[in-house]
Amino acid sequence: MSKEGMAQAMLDTMASFIAYTAKKLPDDVNAKLEELSRKETFPLARTIYETMFRNQELAMELNRPSCQDTGVLQFWVKCGTAFPLINELEGLLREAVIKATQEAPLRHNSVETFDEYNTGNNVGKGTPTVWWDIVPHCDTCEIYTYMAGGGCTLPGHAMVLMPGEGYEGVAKFVLDRMTSYGLNACPPLLVGVGVATSLETAALLSKKALMRPIGSHNPNQRAAKMERLLEDAINAIGLGPQGMGGNASVLGIHIENTARHPSTIGVAVNVGCWSHRRGHIRFDKDLNYTILSHSEVKLA
Amino acid sequence: MIEIRDGKKILVTPVSSEDLKDIRIGDIIYLSGSLTTCRDVAHRRVVEEGRPIPVDVRDCAIFHAGPIIRPLEDGRFEMVSVGPTTSMRMEKFEYEFVQATGVRVIVGKGGMKENTERACREFGAIHCVFPAGNAVAAAVTVEEIVQAEWRDLGMPETLWNCRVKEFGPLIVSIDAQGNNYFEEKKVVYNQRKEEQLEKVCREVGFIR
Repeated sequence: MSKEGMAQAMLDTMASFIAYTAKKLPDDVNAKLEELSRKETFPLARTIYETMFRNQELAMELNRPSCQDTGVLQFWVKCGTAFPLINELEGLLREAVIKATQEAPLRHNSVETFDEYNTGNNVGKGTPTVWWDIVPHCDTCEIYTYMAGGGCTLPGHAMVLMPGEGYEGVAKFVLDRMTSYGLNACPPLLVGVGVATSLETAALLSKKALMRPIGSHNPNQRAAKMERLLEDAINAIGLGPQGMGGNASVLGIHIENTARHPSTIGVAVNVGCWSHRRGHIRFDKDLNYTILSHSEVKLA
Repeated sequence: MIEIRDGKKILVTPVSSEDLKDIRIGDIIYLSGSLTTCRDVAHRRVVEEGRPIPVDVRDCAIFHAGPIIRPLEDGRFEMVSVGPTTSMRMEKFEYEFVQATGVRVIVGKGGMKENTERACREFGAIHCVFPAGNAVAAAVTVEEIVQAEWRDLGMPETLWNCRVKEFGPLIVSIDAQGNNYFEEKKVVYNQRKEEQLEKVCREVGFIR
């Protein structure tokens, strides 16, 4: 296949996949919602869970986005240096967003800043967002897709703590955000926490943390322990679905970390709503693809 | 007017203040009749610029929402997906908005505060939550898009006046007495948070 032909094929696949992720939640999110719903005893919360499952069924049946806020598209790519479309990738993802916007259809969610107009096709200056990880000696490309909705983007927060505040300060930073902004962010939430040096290092980690499958743990034992402690703590607050009260508050807590400067602890929190529309797809050098986030997918 | 069908309490527009008097925070209700999407800029136009709202919402319902709409060939529209957006953004306008428009039922996401409580108490209105993220479940209750006004605001912000049937579940978050579900809950959540924080802090003294 020619380079152009390959780029078009990958563009088409990505457009279909993006549209699909607007309609169907990934397997891990579904399973966790089912688990939380089974354990829920608060009647109001049970009614809300029932509405959620009915909604997800209707979305597939009627082939429509399950939530009207289909977000700003964000991509985290782990691209091998020998992947044949590395040069075309960013451009074709942009085109794929335009195509998916028409086909799904997705809501128009790209407003040019300062000029303050909606571009009407979900692309603009710097949107969709693409974060690159370049993988040497590799010819495959892995892409995480994410629809960052307004409601669950709003609680996002980052700051730099003094080491004297310690991990106790990190815990307070996260918990405070849950009872202030978390309520309106459509719980049960997936909470991503970044622990690093500065604002942007922590912030990016907190977003990447949301791409991890639910139920996974940080490989560092202390970080994993803190994930469990925070999960239990936030669940004990009992936000329930929609923040209206219930047995649980979160789908999970994921902490991602790097080393830090001795004088600072950069910390950030990013949340995903219950309708956590994350996709994960891997292409080999011949563009054969494997969808890792959703089983039983047939892309058009 | 209020209808009870299959054990569901359904408010049918036009809704009077009398219809709302036995409804309390935490109740689950449904709505049939006239529902208009109305959010940030429309509130600004009514309250700050004093413009008359081009859809009559008196004794009817508004929905803090930005939908996905599909234009049909005959100049009509189809509601594809519609769900609530954060109501708190409209809090600063809501007292004067209710006063100016006579709206009875405000539907959105999350809580609102004093301005809205005061409006609900003084003018006889309620604020309800439709569980967010359930945009198709909401869209299928729209029987018809009757009117589309202020279309210069773009798809999310246009006033889409819909005829809905048994739209819900709607969970009452502020009742016509001014009681506020979320504000009451927040007190409990914050107490629990302090207890939990103490517990976590005892276990994470990694810097020593």
